[in-house]
Amino acid sequence: MSFRRDIWRFVNFHIQSSLEHSPFLNPLRGKAFPPPAPPKECLFLTRAGLATRQRSSVRSKRAYTSEASRDDWKMTDDVSNSCQWICRNICQHTRFFSPSLPLSPAPSQPILLPPRYLRTSLLPSLVRTQFKRTAAPAPAPWHSSISFRFVSIFASTQKHEFSKMTRPRHPRTRNPDPEEDSKPTTSSSSGGGGGTAMRVIVPLQGVVQGRGGLVLGSVIPCALFYFLQLYLKRNRSREEHPPPPPSPSSSAEHLPEVPGLQRTLSRAHLSPRGPAHVSGRVNAILRSGDSPDIVGVKKYLEDAYDKMSNPDGVIQLGLAENKVGSDLVRNWLVENGREAMLGDELSISGITNYQPFDGLMELKVAVAEFMSQAIEGAVSFDPSQIVLTTGASAAIEMLSFCIADAGNAFLVPTPYYPSFDCDLKWRSGVEIIPVPCRSADGFSLNFTALDLAFSQAKKRGVKVRGIIISNPSDPVGSLPNRETLYNLLDFATEKNMHIICNEVFVGSTHGEGFLSMAQVADSEDFDRSRVHIIYSLSEDLSLIGFNVGVIYSFNQNVVAAAKKLARFSSISSPTQRMLVSLLSDTRFMQNFIRISREKLGKMYMMFTGELRQLGIECVKGSGGSYCWADMSGLIRSYSEKGELELWDKLLNTAKINVTPGSICHCIEPGWFRFCFTALTEEDIPLVMKRLQKVTETCKSRS
Amino acid sequence: MRLVVPLRGIVGGRGGLILGTFVPCALFCYLHIRRLRFLATRRVSERAEPIAKAEESPYYVGLGRVSQDPFDEVANPNGIIQLGLSENRLCLDLIEEWLSENLTGAMIGHGGDKRHLGIGGITGYQPHDGVTELKEAMAGFMSQVMGGEISFDPSRIVLTAGATPAIEILCYCLADPGDAFLVPTPYYPGFDRDMTWRTGVELIPVHCHGADNFILSIAALQQAFNQARKRGQRVQGILISNPSNPVGNLLPQKTLHDILDFARKKNIHIISDEIFAGSIHGNEEFFSLAKILDAENFDKSRAHILYGLSKDLSLAGFRVGVIYSYNDDVLAAAKKLTRFSSVSAPTQRLLISLLSDTSFIGRYLETNRKRIRKMYDIFVSGLKEIGVKYVDSSGGLYCWVDMSGLMHSHSVKEELELWDKLLNVAKVNATPGSACHSIEPGWFRCCFTTLSEGNIRIAIERIRKVAEMHKSSR
Repeated sequence: MSFRRDIWRFVNFHIQSSLEHSPFLNPLRGKAFPPPAPPKECLFLTRAGLATRQRSSVRSKRAYTSEASRDDWKMTDDVSNSCQWICRNICQHTRFFSPSLPLSPAPSQPILLPPRYLRTSLLPSLVRTQFKRTAAPAPAPWHSSISFRFVSIFASTQKHEFSKMTRPRHPRTRNPDPEEDSKPTTSSSSGGGGGTAMRVIVPLQGVVQGRGGLVLGSVIPCALFYFLQLYLKRNRSREEHPPPPPSPSSSAEHLPEVPGLQRTLSRAHLSPRGPAHVSGRVNAILRSGDSPDIVGVKKYLEDAYDKMSNPDGVIQLGLAENKVGSDLVRNWLVENGREAMLGDELSISGITNYQPFDGLMELKVAVAEFMSQAIEGAVSFDPSQIVLTTGASAAIEMLSFCIADAGNAFLVPTPYYPSFDCDLKWRSGVEIIPVPCRSADGFSLNFTALDLAFSQAKKRGVKVRGIIISNPSDPVGSLPNRETLYNLLDFATEKNMHIICNEVFVGSTHGEGFLSMAQVADSEDFDRSRVHIIYSLSEDLSLIGFNVGVIYSFNQNVVAAAKKLARFSSISSPTQRMLVSLLSDTRFMQNFIRISREKLGKMYMMFTGELRQLGIECVKGSGGSYCWADMSGLIRSYSEKGELELWDKLLNTAKINVTPGSICHCIEPGWFRFCFTALTEEDIPLVMKRLQKVTETCKSRS
Repeated sequence: MRLVVPLRGIVGGRGGLILGTFVPCALFCYLHIRRLRFLATRRVSERAEPIAKAEESPYYVGLGRVSQDPFDEVANPNGIIQLGLSENRLCLDLIEEWLSENLTGAMIGHGGDKRHLGIGGITGYQPHDGVTELKEAMAGFMSQVMGGEISFDPSRIVLTAGATPAIEILCYCLADPGDAFLVPTPYYPGFDRDMTWRTGVELIPVHCHGADNFILSIAALQQAFNQARKRGQRVQGILISNPSNPVGNLLPQKTLHDILDFARKKNIHIISDEIFAGSIHGNEEFFSLAKILDAENFDKSRAHILYGLSKDLSLAGFRVGVIYSYNDDVLAAAKKLTRFSSVSAPTQRLLISLLSDTSFIGRYLETNRKRIRKMYDIFVSGLKEIGVKYVDSSGGLYCWVDMSGLMHSHSVKEELELWDKLLNVAKVNATPGSACHSIEPGWFRCCFTTLSEGNIRIAIERIRKVAEMHKSSR
């Protein structure tokens, strides 16, 4: 204890002297710091100050408990100043460094402790953050309660010596108050507020000087943090239910509201009777829910447009649902559905028994054939490299799980398909690094930006495992040209990365020049094991409910791993049987692809033509069931906020649900994706009429 | 700089030929190979590597062997008889009959209103967690399976593509990586994959013993919990199978109460896997967790029930699993996660019709129970004849057989040797207890519902051969 007392005395003395000599407290006095005095004198000085300054500690305690914001300000003020002084003194004495302290210009202003200060003064990070909080000028009530608690936990016998240094900071509050004077005991029970706060730092001096060692340096801050957290928890529940003592269950209920605490539910065992906790990682998934696309879909489901029953309902242009060829498929299913599912000889065991999780071989063969049919036989696909999953989302998740570890990253050119965020981040824990593309380049991939994004990620220490592109691009609808694809493969080879090519709209191209990644990988002597293709039968075949995704990978290990993971998302066999028959009917399929492409192209021309008449230009697209429209002329402020305002107006006034560019992570505001294939041709004029209303109001206002 | 040091030998004339050429060459080769390996993208991510190379447990090895050489009375009479896969093929004729009558109606819709009921319903976007009609039908079916006493709330149902993703999603929602679940042994071998692979959750076996008839004891549970705590591991729940998977016994009401009490005391979740609830053939009464929760005032938010149609309705290929959770957060999260494993729309449409046909379901469940009972009796009497002991069970599609009498010593190694003998000599694939993490060696799970009556006799005959071989060798 004796050495601690020595430290106390020493620091006290220095605080004391700097208080006396501080220019802003006592402008007439000292301009420089006094020379260090011998410890004997120090003891004398501190003892002398004791009797006369006791009253201030009572006052300062009042300041903490009071709800008045002015007092709160003073409190934070006090603590921060105290911190400054202590830091300065410790630092000066120990000669680690001698910073020039910024002193507050006017005493009435709250003095903030500059963060860099704390950073340099070897304080452990836990304590540091707490001090930042106390020093914050905002007079929120919980701030004050933190520091108050903080202080009272560590109040000890020597508090008088420290209480006095807060005294000079309270000139305004020291009006005579007999009620306080009559209660001297309170000062000894919970002590001089901000003054005692400084004790927290004093043990750390041991660390600074190398004397305290492990115990002082780590145990004390940890204990502090622990108590603080505990207190914070209890305090919150007390705020909600003032009369009864806080029960553990209520505190656990409120736990998720405390920012920063909800992730680690490490205190689950402290409250054995609380409600059962869900895992921390699922909280992130639960919280994500208010993005515009989900809001839009909800709104649509509540009030869906129907020509007869609900002509004023919301028209859905936000889902890439392709109804262009659905009547063809419907007719086929009505005719052949039964035989397709049960087979010719009505073999029930083919659909009821366990089947391979990664898909029936027959279906894989049929899918491979269909995929090559969609690109006019330019490449043939190997069925053994196919893994079938329940939808493209599962396919992307599985691929990202196999290729990247948690914390690794993928480069994704923006604007990108909004669902990538869920598919890659939720369970795989993979990071997405957006590579911005600009309208000036027609949203084509910019290799300088790609290189920049890669090197920045590398600088941050993030391992980039691959690039994900959509071809045809979703939401823009453009096709990357041959040169881009080759360069991309070169880039990936150079940086040793994987390429995931999302080709779900391969059968929905209506322009010329589609080039599959498989063609590129086939044609040249590239290391193909880095190329993976995602495909889906939903978009092209107008069979969204069937939910069939395809992983086509040139990498044997990835295929092996994906096959094993397919147990978590395997397709039910009636669907598989049906698709085998459907896809094997080559005549129907050829017919289907031809007709749906024709129709799609026609719809596209019509829709973009109508939009142009309204003064809305689209990027020239050659694939996909959507168009990417520039409505930046209609937004009030050129920002994401302005874009969402317009989106809101489209949804609520014009009753059209579209996808705003911001959720596709487009860096330029004002772009929207219109999925026109969910419409019939007769609906287009209605959509235009509704759009016109919005464009007119926007123009008339501006 | 390491490269330079051996070269010093040359420079100094001291090292001679070996140091001067061999060492740099070896180094160069080593570096080159490493570089090549580094450059190759052939390898998968670190977390996928163990999955890709997953060490095969005897359970999966056996299944693989059977698929290569399956037994067929006519075509391949020397093939391997499958006793390892818990699949029910006893009532396929009923399902087939129903499908041939109702398939077109179920998928396309009956006559007139084609647009609404018909194909549009199977091609358009569906909610990932299942359409409401199917959830309602499923709730009705589940309460019918459990004897009609309990009613299930359709809004608490999340449908997934099989029970496997259902377990995975629940695990993901309830525990963080490194957390653990207590699982009474012997347990279904698939849990090791379903629960740990992607979620990073660990399973802590809680050993049950043959002497207690493999019923979970709370003392063992407590001990396993304390040991995990001592290791610093956070236990997030208990997973029980009821009817238990390899053993086939039903958990008594008192044990369920005790487990619930334990879960409340320790503030952990309880997952009850009741996928065999409709395959109870004995006279014992089955207590679903839902029933216990209905009857008494427990904190329900920690209870979750797993169900599926693979076993009870013999529709393993349909891949339909059910999460029934009393916890709203878990439900909300699971609904979002079903985007990765949803049931496809044609199957859903088909099942709505099938499950809503309550008279058929009633008939089916009754017939199914009778047939399972019959097969069980045949199998068990065959075992008695050859003098092999078994656990008397009343649920499931399997029998938990004690073959320790056919082993020379009491060890896992010996058990696997016996399994190997059964598979390769006798050509019968049974699941050894060690694959189910049973602590007592010599137990085997034999599923008898994939076979016809005649084939069961052949299987018994084959086991008898092994028993005789053992006797003669002693």
